[in-house]
Amino acid sequence: MTAAITDNAHLPLSRYRVVDFGTAWAGPMAAQLLADLGAQVIKVESRARLDGLRLGRPIVGDDIAGGDRGLWPELQPVFHGINRNKLSVTLNLKTQEGLDLVRELLARSDVALNNYSPGVLDRLGLGYEEVRKLRPDIILVSMPALGETGPLRDVLAYAPIIQALSGLMSVVGYSGDEPLVGELQAPWSDVVAAIHAALATVAALYHRNRTGEGQFIEVAQLEATTSMLGEAFLETQMTGMSPEPRGNYNAGGAPHNNYPCAEPDRWVAIAVTGEQEWQSFCGALGNPPWAAEEKFGTLAERLGNLAELDAHVGRWTQECTSLEITELLQGKGIAAMPVMNIEDQFLDPHLQERQAYLEVEHPHVGIEWLYGMPWLLGDTPGNIRTPAPLLGEHNALVFRELLGLSAEDVERLQESEVIY
Amino acid sequence: MSAESSETTSTAPAGIEGALRGVRVIEWGNLVSAPFCGKVLGELGADVIKIEHPVSGDEGRYLGPFPDNVPHPEKSGLFLFANLNKRGITLDVGTDSGRRILERMLETADVLLENQPLSQIEGTGFTYESLKHRYPQLVVTSISPYGRTGPYRAYQGTDLTANAMSGLSFGTGHPHREPLTTPVHQASYLAGVGAAFATVIALLGRDMTGRGQSVDVAEAQVIGTLLTGYHLPTYIYRGVAGFRSGNRMRLGLFPNCVLPCRDGYICIDAPQMAQYQRFLDLLGEQEWMENPRYRDRRAMSDQYPEEAESLIAPWFMERTKQEILEACLANRIPCVPVYTFEETLRDPQLNARDYFQEVSSGQAGTFQVPGPPYRLAKTAARLVRAAPSLGQHNQEVFGQELGLDSETMDRLRTDRII
Repeated sequence: MTAAITDNAHLPLSRYRVVDFGTAWAGPMAAQLLADLGAQVIKVESRARLDGLRLGRPIVGDDIAGGDRGLWPELQPVFHGINRNKLSVTLNLKTQEGLDLVRELLARSDVALNNYSPGVLDRLGLGYEEVRKLRPDIILVSMPALGETGPLRDVLAYAPIIQALSGLMSVVGYSGDEPLVGELQAPWSDVVAAIHAALATVAALYHRNRTGEGQFIEVAQLEATTSMLGEAFLETQMTGMSPEPRGNYNAGGAPHNNYPCAEPDRWVAIAVTGEQEWQSFCGALGNPPWAAEEKFGTLAERLGNLAELDAHVGRWTQECTSLEITELLQGKGIAAMPVMNIEDQFLDPHLQERQAYLEVEHPHVGIEWLYGMPWLLGDTPGNIRTPAPLLGEHNALVFRELLGLSAEDVERLQESEVIY
Repeated sequence: MSAESSETTSTAPAGIEGALRGVRVIEWGNLVSAPFCGKVLGELGADVIKIEHPVSGDEGRYLGPFPDNVPHPEKSGLFLFANLNKRGITLDVGTDSGRRILERMLETADVLLENQPLSQIEGTGFTYESLKHRYPQLVVTSISPYGRTGPYRAYQGTDLTANAMSGLSFGTGHPHREPLTTPVHQASYLAGVGAAFATVIALLGRDMTGRGQSVDVAEAQVIGTLLTGYHLPTYIYRGVAGFRSGNRMRLGLFPNCVLPCRDGYICIDAPQMAQYQRFLDLLGEQEWMENPRYRDRRAMSDQYPEEAESLIAPWFMERTKQEILEACLANRIPCVPVYTFEETLRDPQLNARDYFQEVSSGQAGTFQVPGPPYRLAKTAARLVRAAPSLGQHNQEVFGQELGLDSETMDRLRTDRII
């Protein structure tokens, strides 16, 4: 089995095998976080029901209407990011033999992750009580959207739906009368759930290393998103008011906003906290007369006259580029940073040095760039060792070498659409 | 327990211990990221000891929210939440005596967790490089806005500027207005959970090698990879992606947006054709539905979303959040109310699962806080302690565990070292 993944023996999770039943974003990303740090992750998928992310918008080659239909499931860049470093097997779980092979796989695995709808795992006969008979110390992780139980457990929920139910969406917006923004252009709840599920998994592995004991873990995606919002729930209870959108307002400092720069749709974030920083900030601007006015004299006064303060600062920032302002203010010890888009991030020397974006060679795309490591472990940094697998790419490796099937068995199972 | 805090009720069966039992974490944290990381490790069973400056304490104590908006360092909602599940001591690490006490504490620690300014860490000598020989078993976890390596390592940063670098602000807000940072310090909380994950990985690595290592978590990078990094291939083949588009998700399939209803807002995200068809059935037959212009859901999302939204908006405006939730639930349409935090606190789903837990925080009062989101059957994550008052566990940690005599402690107190 080691032939498929090289150079991972030093990584902290290299001793563990993970079966990834995940689809879309939350489940597969939890498994990816484990794969990046060395776990051998086997993605179980099927042509009978493709992972929806394989069917997203193609980037390479022609669009769906074009002639690339055969390669279509292999050309999705979002899928490539979330499924790098994994093996792929295709198993039709609608067949008994397919389920038998999954059981064989689970018997040889340390962790199994899924983000199925509530009840699906039990219907497949793969609930914890069944799986522990195959592998007593397995760690089985379920990531239902709203939970395995509860009156709304069957709500169809994608990330924005979960963000709406958590309360988070209600404060994404500007203060005043602007219509609510609500949306973040990223699947926030999926990522939050993925990190929490990965954390619970490695904590359970830590426990297993000491006791030999596996367990069942449930991480409801709604609860993961809600769990980071405690201060807003406390504000509701402490003040009797549910928080409203506040834009970029921060009670602890002013100026504190994203300000327009000389280039079109370019902005710079500036956060001034403390009296000394305010003085440094005024100095960086050349101590303009407005900055000395009494109405900006203290933080309370600056917060009270925020719109006017922001207008003054914005007139100054519009004279310069976001990088010029960042360098000037950072030179004076003031927090500032361009509001970066994906191009800025990709070309940024700081993020480059920190391996935020990495390249890998994909058989149908060639060299492709994917997001890299979210965190850096000094002695055992994770890496991208292999591109996202082609559908069923590792069937032979897993079914023959790991499960010991003969070439004839594999061929027969392919013909009968069990390995499918 | 003292008057300042009390045991909270726990949903875990008696006798169950956390998964990280036996792990000792020294948290030298401030505000959100490292404190929340400590909170998370604590609820998973680690013994977390938080260090605060003896005079000023954690800055989160001054940020609020506060009961009735009256500031008080023992009543900050941010502090009380981000510091659950840990013991608290005061120590001025900037003094020689303070530094030596921290060095002694590291002898029995598994993790040093910090989000101090780089100058503070380098000035006091608590970098991983200078600790690794004396404490080869130690994991040193650092959380910062941009990270501890790279050209910007010494730059100043806050949640706002980390969000700016992360790419998430760029895409949040109305196109005609300034970009919005992520609210409720979410970048810092997310980095805290990510740091907890990477820290446990380092502990698992230590099981293999016997050695600790450094863990370097940058708020901007956690988001810049896992949240916005998916724009990278799009950028390379088609140009910059992830522009601000207000209340709607770009490059999806219509409908995927936030719209007003009679008593607030709703969110609908129905990518599958069958879901959309059930929604159209619910709206009832209307002339526009036959128009090919409104059958191409990709074009509706990319090219004329406002026009498309205007067709479905009236149905929502005539109904309340609750009516919409019930109708969409019955018809299996992914569409829900945008809850205020007060409504989420009362949500029947979360409450049927006993998700919120009561915590008594001494002077501030008794509140409901969101519980741990992972339900580990054998090693339940738990809320075991309210946040510590400033120096609450000095006697316990310095006196009983470190063995300082009362004379020494008095002197350290007089010198404002503890």
